[in-house]
Amino acid sequence: MRLAVVAGPPSAGKTAVVRQTIRSLRDRHRIAYLKIDVVRAFEDEEIAAEFGIPARKVCSGDLCPDHAGVMVMRDAIAWAGEEGADLLLVESAGLCLRCSPYTTQALGIVVLSAVSGTNTPLKMAAMLALADIAVVTRIDLVSQAEKEVFRERIREVNPDLDIVETNAVQGTGMRYLLRAIEDCPPITDPGTIVLRGAPPLGVCTVCIGKTEIGWQHHFGVVRRLEDADYLFRGD
Amino acid sequence: MDPSAVREITILPGRNRNGEPERFEAITIRPGDTISIVGPTGSGKSALINDIEVFARNDTATGRTVLVNGEYPPEEFVRDPAYKPVALITQNTRCLADLTVEEFLAMHVRSRKIEDESIVGRTIDLANEFTGEKIRSCARMTALSGGQTRSLLVADAVLVAAAPVLLLDEVENAGIFKERVIEVLRAGGKAVIFVTHDPLVSLLSARRIVMRDGAVERVIEPDGREIAALREALRLDGILHRMREQIRAGDLITGPVGA
Ligand SMILES: Nc1nc2c(ncn2[C@@H]2O[C@H](COP(=O)(O)OP(=O)(O)OP(=O)(O)O)[C@@H](O)[C@H]2O)c(=O)[nH]1
Ligand SMILES: [Mg+2]
Ligand SMILES: [Zn+2]
Ligand SMILES: [Zn+2]
Repeated sequence: MRLAVVAGPPSAGKTAVVRQTIRSLRDRHRIAYLKIDVVRAFEDEEIAAEFGIPARKVCSGDLCPDHAGVMVMRDAIAWAGEEGADLLLVESAGLCLRCSPYTTQALGIVVLSAVSGTNTPLKMAAMLALADIAVVTRIDLVSQAEKEVFRERIREVNPDLDIVETNAVQGTGMRYLLRAIEDCPPITDPGTIVLRGAPPLGVCTVCIGKTEIGWQHHFGVVRRLEDADYLFRGD
Repeated sequence: MDPSAVREITILPGRNRNGEPERFEAITIRPGDTISIVGPTGSGKSALINDIEVFARNDTATGRTVLVNGEYPPEEFVRDPAYKPVALITQNTRCLADLTVEEFLAMHVRSRKIEDESIVGRTIDLANEFTGEKIRSCARMTALSGGQTRSLLVADAVLVAAAPVLLLDEVENAGIFKERVIEVLRAGGKAVIFVTHDPLVSLLSARRIVMRDGAVERVIEPDGREIAALREALRLDGILHRMREQIRAGDLITGPVGA
């Protein structure tokens, strides 16, 4: 079975990219779909109704959705296998801009919107740095110079990233993503899959329910604002 | 292959909205061509230039195929901006880059590995020939008017992207000097394709593609037969242009207008 993990900020066009992928590959592959979100998600029902493929969702609640994805990934692969799938598409929530949900033995796809502002790639560096391929959506809404400037910003974060530009509603430009998915080697041993890169250490006393403002009330991996650009970075 | 080695781009027919084949054999675009795409709203004009932009390979909704020099273009023509021979200016009149005009152009120039530092200034100067509202290098891209944005993106396509084929989607709505744009593109040997509702832009083009129901209905080559109409369109455009300036200046227009 092949595994592709699709990440990207909210409303970037992840589901639109997934839809086009399913539409183009369903003749050749048996596809299963998993959506990971925080509170609510509807994609599983929509995808199941539209394409008649096995589809599920997981809501992470209080946990970082990317962490939740890691927790359930092994079960998800087993489930997709039982459904007879040879391609599992996982769509992440993309809310956590520090984490990146890609694993080994899988294709890491990051989806960004071309109209989301020039600094977006810089703000989601983790999601870009560890991906294999970036899909830039809403390319129908920008002119040539804007495309190239956006592409340059992505390259600043990850110079080696393969970039595919698409109007994800129409499916233009998707042929290069489809090829990357089909060229990705299948999972060899689910037991040995690990998260790419180390997730940031992000536990603090707010995480466990203390609500007072100001560092004076907190302890753990915490720094004062004036000493640290990043307040809660693990040492 | 170098983008300047583009001798022709060929559009092969697809299907209309009812799935019937389009009734043309091939449409060929060569350097220096001016073509307008006309037809009612929703007739598939933007889809046609989008097919050209992505070098459709029977993989878009229209089923068309677009060839370069009679062949499927190499992958870098489609994917690598440095080789891509077409530049599309969309209908969108807002640019959402969080950058100043100068930073935006400088970043584009850098991505193209162009050494000539004067190109940013020259691009802004050219853009200012296309618009009456002066673009300053320190202005934010997001603060530019529709006309300024379009003018800048067209000037960039000519000088920085330096694409041999330009696709302009309803450029007239943004209020830019379309005659000047056409003049510059012609002088530079560019092929230019306009999606347009504007009679003057259509009459200034050497060929007209008429769209209907998602398909090319006809290709017209007026071959000088519209010269009287063009002359009249230019005259009327001049009148409207003068009136616009007078209104902008706060004047009352009471004198004869048809001079
Ligand atoms: N014009 C245009 N619209 C797009 C494109 N891609 C996505 N959209 C639209 O943008 C909206 C959001 O797209 P989705 O695919 O739902 O985004 P998402 O990333 O899955 O969103 P979440 O899963 O909720 O975070 C939808 O209405 C899409 O139709 C594109 O390339 N061009
Ligand atoms: Mg979604
Ligand atoms: Zn996280
Ligand atoms: Zn915390």
